[in-house]
Amino acid sequence: MIKVNQLKKSFGKNEVLKGVDLEISEPGIFAVLGPNGSGKTTIIKSILGMVLPDGGDILIHNRSIKGESDYRKQIDYLPQIARFPENLKVEELIRMVKDIRGQEGDEKSLIEIFELEPFLKRRLRNLSGGTRQKVNLVLCFMFDNDIIILDEPTVGLDPIALIRLKELISSERDKGKTIIITTHIMDVVEELADTIVFLLEGKIYFKGSLKDMYEITNEVKLERSIAKILQKNKEKQTLENVAL
Amino acid sequence: MGKIFKYSLYDLIRSRWSYIYFIFFAVSTTSLLYLSSDLSRAIVSLMNIVLLLCPLIGTMFGVMYYYNSREFTELLLAQPIKRNSIFLGQYLGLAVSLSISFVLGMGIPFLFYGAIGSSELLSFLTLIFVGVALTFIFIGLAYIIALKNENRIKGFGIAIVLWLFMAVIYDGLFLLSLFAFEDYPLDKFSLGVILFNPIDLCRILVMLKLDISALLGYTGAIFNKFFGTSLGMIIATSCAMAWVAIPAFSIAWISKKKDF
Repeated sequence: MIKVNQLKKSFGKNEVLKGVDLEISEPGIFAVLGPNGSGKTTIIKSILGMVLPDGGDILIHNRSIKGESDYRKQIDYLPQIARFPENLKVEELIRMVKDIRGQEGDEKSLIEIFELEPFLKRRLRNLSGGTRQKVNLVLCFMFDNDIIILDEPTVGLDPIALIRLKELISSERDKGKTIIITTHIMDVVEELADTIVFLLEGKIYFKGSLKDMYEITNEVKLERSIAKILQKNKEKQTLENVAL
Repeated sequence: MGKIFKYSLYDLIRSRWSYIYFIFFAVSTTSLLYLSSDLSRAIVSLMNIVLLLCPLIGTMFGVMYYYNSREFTELLLAQPIKRNSIFLGQYLGLAVSLSISFVLGMGIPFLFYGAIGSSELLSFLTLIFVGVALTFIFIGLAYIIALKNENRIKGFGIAIVLWLFMAVIYDGLFLLSLFAFEDYPLDKFSLGVILFNPIDLCRILVMLKLDISALLGYTGAIFNKFFGTSLGMIIATSCAMAWVAIPAFSIAWISKKKDF
């Protein structure tokens, strides 16, 4: 489904991705984790064609995405920051995105789930951050495609909306979709993720289930096992520096 | 491109800035028309406003609109459309919406004043053309600056300096260089210099049309002498068009190679 080969990307002198190999061939929820600046967003943006890689290749359904734009029809994307044209109404924005994608979307049930009915005729500049995030979620989930990419989906949501979002993500998985999430909320990962992809210093450090990760690190909480990996890595670096 | 253009325009013409811009031009045109009670004099006064204000507003709005829609642009980039269509669509949406405010703001008072059928109709149309061209040119340049600078403050700074340079400093430097090299023949040099500043180019275009030799200035006089009025106008117009086209192509080119 998604195949990343030796992906490399630098921003100036900062080498963010140093040859990432990643294959996602089965449905399920994949959580991409890693410390700040480890390249999570860069990988996601490369898959979406927003960041142009320096080297390597990305295949979606066995076709290279280089210079293509049509493949994005198969991907639903939730951007990290929900900001929209200020003078459009919510319903106009929904219509606009459907028109641009050239796809039919089913927004009705989502509007119900996130209780957006009273806001449909309001202009986007008058909405609160949380409501804008709910609109963002509607724009992403209203299309029925088999790859979904969510960048920090929980930002600004109240507890009820958060619970409904988690239910929504699980039900999309049950339909056999592939869902890629980046988040800093470990509870969400522990509750939902089937596979953890852990990035460290521009490479994939670990890919496997939560259980595997706990076993390797001898911990029972995700937060602690990540901390342990980071600590170990730091010790290793210090040792290397001493040896040099 | 059509879809992005359509929605950007739809969004922008409902922005309160479009109305403020429209009202500003409507009020200043009306008052100048009735105060000076002479069409061609009013056109000269308006020209000075247009030459300063259209570039300034275009530059500011161009930078502001790009940075404000930065996050939404990311959403658009993840859709199955080409980058060209996103950025050219937004650019055209902004340029057309500001041009609508400008054309209506100046046009409506002129219509009421009875510009149609008057001898100055063509001068007035030249002024409108110049204002629209400057709007397109400076929004294009502002978009390039914003695309090249992630840092908003820096982007704004460069944009303001660009405007200041084109609108004020350029002429000063030009005069200084004429003064310093007065012993040399400067005709061709000054012709070339004018083509590189769209504001000067547009000023000469209106002056040639109005045919007021006292206001042509040194460069205008050379321009007139060198090309004659009609050829001069054709050359000035095509240069202005090139000034519109080159930034637009650059936007497409730069956005193609950029990481978001």
